[in-house]
Amino acid sequence: MAETITEGSGTIEALSLVPKAEAKQSMKDFKSDQEVRWCPGCGDYAVLAAVQGFMPELGLAKENICFVSGIGCSSRFPYYMNTYGMHSIHGRAPAIATGLATSRRDLSVWVVTGDGDALSIGGNHLIHALRRNVNLKILLFNNRIYGLTKGQYSPTSEVGKITKSTPMGSLDAPFNPVSLAIGAEASFVARTVDSDRKHLTDVLRQAAAHPGTALVEIYQNCNIFNDGAFEVLKDKQQAEEAVIRLEHGQPIRFGIDGAKGVVRDSLTGDLKVVDVTEENQSQILVHDAHSASPTTAFALSRLADPDTLHHTPIGVFRSTDRPVYDTLMSDQLDQAIEQNGKGDLAALLAGKDTWTVVG
Amino acid sequence: MTSQVSSPAGQANSAAGGSVVGDVVSEQRKPSVEKEVRRLDRVIIRFAGDSGDGMQLTGDRFTSETASFGNDLSTLPNFPAEIRAPAGTLPGVSSFQLHFADHDILTPGDAPNVLVAMNPAALKANISDVPRGAEIIVNTDEFTKRAMQKVGYETSPLEDGSLDGYSVHPVPLTTLTVEALKEFDLSRKDAGRSKNMFALGLLSWMYHRPTEGTEKFLQQKFAKKPEIMKANLAAFRAGWNFGETTEDFAVSYEVLPAAKAFPTGTYRNISGNLALSYGLVAAGKQADLPLYLGSYPITPASDILHELSKHKNFGVRTFQAEDEIAGIGAALGAAFGGSLAVTTTSGPGVALKSETIGLAVSLELPLLIVDIQRGGPSTGLPTKTEQADLLQAMFGRNGEAPVPIVAPQTPADCFDAAIEAARIALEYRTPVFLLSDGYLANGSEPWRIPDQDELPDLRTQFAQGPNHTLDDGSEVFWPYKRDPETLARPWAIPGTPGLEHRIGGIEKQDGTGNISYDPANHDFMVRTRQAKVDGIKVPDLEVDDPTGEARLLVLGWGSTYGPITAAVRRLRTAGQSVAQAHLRHLNPFPRNLGEVLRRYDKVVVPEMNLGQLATLLRAKFLVDAISYNQVNGMPFKAEQLATALKEAIDG
Repeated sequence: MAETITEGSGTIEALSLVPKAEAKQSMKDFKSDQEVRWCPGCGDYAVLAAVQGFMPELGLAKENICFVSGIGCSSRFPYYMNTYGMHSIHGRAPAIATGLATSRRDLSVWVVTGDGDALSIGGNHLIHALRRNVNLKILLFNNRIYGLTKGQYSPTSEVGKITKSTPMGSLDAPFNPVSLAIGAEASFVARTVDSDRKHLTDVLRQAAAHPGTALVEIYQNCNIFNDGAFEVLKDKQQAEEAVIRLEHGQPIRFGIDGAKGVVRDSLTGDLKVVDVTEENQSQILVHDAHSASPTTAFALSRLADPDTLHHTPIGVFRSTDRPVYDTLMSDQLDQAIEQNGKGDLAALLAGKDTWTVVG
Repeated sequence: MTSQVSSPAGQANSAAGGSVVGDVVSEQRKPSVEKEVRRLDRVIIRFAGDSGDGMQLTGDRFTSETASFGNDLSTLPNFPAEIRAPAGTLPGVSSFQLHFADHDILTPGDAPNVLVAMNPAALKANISDVPRGAEIIVNTDEFTKRAMQKVGYETSPLEDGSLDGYSVHPVPLTTLTVEALKEFDLSRKDAGRSKNMFALGLLSWMYHRPTEGTEKFLQQKFAKKPEIMKANLAAFRAGWNFGETTEDFAVSYEVLPAAKAFPTGTYRNISGNLALSYGLVAAGKQADLPLYLGSYPITPASDILHELSKHKNFGVRTFQAEDEIAGIGAALGAAFGGSLAVTTTSGPGVALKSETIGLAVSLELPLLIVDIQRGGPSTGLPTKTEQADLLQAMFGRNGEAPVPIVAPQTPADCFDAAIEAARIALEYRTPVFLLSDGYLANGSEPWRIPDQDELPDLRTQFAQGPNHTLDDGSEVFWPYKRDPETLARPWAIPGTPGLEHRIGGIEKQDGTGNISYDPANHDFMVRTRQAKVDGIKVPDLEVDDPTGEARLLVLGWGSTYGPITAAVRRLRTAGQSVAQAHLRHLNPFPRNLGEVLRRYDKVVVPEMNLGQLATLLRAKFLVDAISYNQVNGMPFKAEQLATALKEAIDG
């Protein structure tokens, strides 16, 4: 079950076994000596700054923090963090991080991945990490394009995307990463945007405190190969209509002065967007991120139009308590010792049927 | 040196006559003295039946009885990949061969002296391996017209003279078993299931096997199903009594304990996969590191995952991953965190793990990759043995990615080989291949149980602080600054303050470990990784050449040790001079290998592949190695190898 300790600032589950920093930390402590080599203007810079800026808040010994990544632009991330890190191979970061997290519960393990890395070549590892609920924080940088290989469509690109590999438009229907994660039994799923530092940090904070796997989809701009992909969510005027900010316990309303809201269609049970009126005000759905059932969170994830991105919810879709894999694994070890005593090598090797040859 | 063997058989008190059918008191049955007893120095028995007939269990039990009696032994289980192939068909035949002797032996034997055939399919599938003069016990109940037709017998082989020259014992095993169990409330079908225990009882009588172990085994196995337990015990005893009473079996045989074959010590019988599992647990203990297994089920390696999963009280973590890639990925993550990390698989799994093995080469972290080789390519022959992954282990990665390779030579040797592989991985901070195979995995032999103080000390030191001084005098940690002797880099695990560092698959600058695309640096790093593996200290190759006059060397690796050694013995007994050597280390080779090869006029390399080691020897030493190959899923037979070697000597 979730480990809980009470910190000065409140309760931080999931991190209770990770040693605390002895001195106060600053953003600078988390910057490595390596030159950051993303393209100028890349959204990754903003995410890096947000993570480096937020880490001191956790107050963890930085030697007990580890970033693991796969391959892709975002996967260079660990090199820029002054923590332990591994830049691994394409798609495999969740698997590698699972081995690290399950064998070292005193570590805070973060996975940095992209839409190609996590959803294409590494799709299998992602869904299995989520269903196991390993204590990992997965930051999925979604720019809806392959950047490092110079601009092919990705598993989140919109249908008909014209790229070098799809001159007549891509044929693939895209994944919705939040829907996928909820379907894969994820206990924590959130979405945020690279350019909204405050929102991004707030989501990271909640992810860090979550015991088990937390998946955070970060909409991230690739200004070289897919510039402006999320402009509709960033442009102040358009965002009013496009973005739905989810807050636990709050009615789901958006638009100018909250003119729009989300209600449940009484006929289909599905969610839909309506203009808020006196009559329907009481019908507006109140967001419950802690609901045991993933049904409504999934329905929320389907509100966005994959082409126009209108009605895109951001924030924490789902955050529920579920047994954490690492803890269960460790409990079995303790239980085995309780039942059978600490392993005795001589007894193991001898087994039950032996015979003796004497000189 | 005079030796004596004390076994449970010798110590057991006889409780003969004290039991009635259904009683569960263990007893040691004693053979009657009225029948003739002949003494043999060795016997090869093959149990064969349908996949569902329990032949593997029967073989295992006979093996345990034989081991506890103190014979030397070697076994060869042989079963189809299908869990339950259609009953009564040739592809569904499962067999278990056991060779036991009063002296030390090396193989499960070429040709059975006794075949137990539970049905026509078992007879048909095995008879070509059985020489005339051998004894054949057949379950006549199963020789119905339909069952015989199913496998292509137009007339009954028991009656048409095709078994002339064999000593055939027609026994209605099913009927006798059902009759023996008539007191029990069991259907004929259920009672008939115990016929394997009847057969085991009969064979146990024939060869004077101790029976107490099997009785205890049945009591424990069916502790929660007392009726089944009593029925099996009754069938087992009825089979034994049948041998003693019936006139068809006029003679029983005695094979004395192999007292002189074994050095002093405590022994047990052990299969290769079990020995390998224990070797891993012991390595973790000797290294004082937690053992972490990341694995995905695959035949014939799954037993290791099963076995290690039982030993959580040793701090062993086993992780059944979503696929082969995640299995090794998790292991590599655990290695980064400071565990003794292992992944277990077979050939197809190695193919999937290749990219991660390359990453481990680049990260220079300790990692064991256990490959229980099976017939390939692709799915190939999942339950049959082969040695055809040597070149995959050696070269099956992109770029220059050298990986050390260790190969066990007998089932029990899997224990030591696992520890040796761990030693290399930990000392040199490198992935290491452990190349076992299906024959070693499932075969078994007696094993002298080592004392823990005989095992090597595998403790290693994690990096604790800075290891480099910059020009400005500041102390820093360089993750790729190497030990000048071993060329190993420091193992700095997360949680160590001040040593925070990043590693990855991109080429690293020598020393700092920072990303580097510098051409000269890459050339240097490629050569350095190769030099590290080339420089691994492995023992010199020992050559067995008793007369010193041999002109021919037979060189093997892995599980061919038994058949090659047995063949060499035959040749020497026949007056031939032949030298023998066996490689445990395939990468790097022992330092003296080139010199050894040049000493002989001819070098013959038997392999269960199309000449993979021979290819390496030719490439590295320019020696005209002669390949002798077999890829039929079965181990070599000693006679076959002896003939091939004789031809090479004469040719």
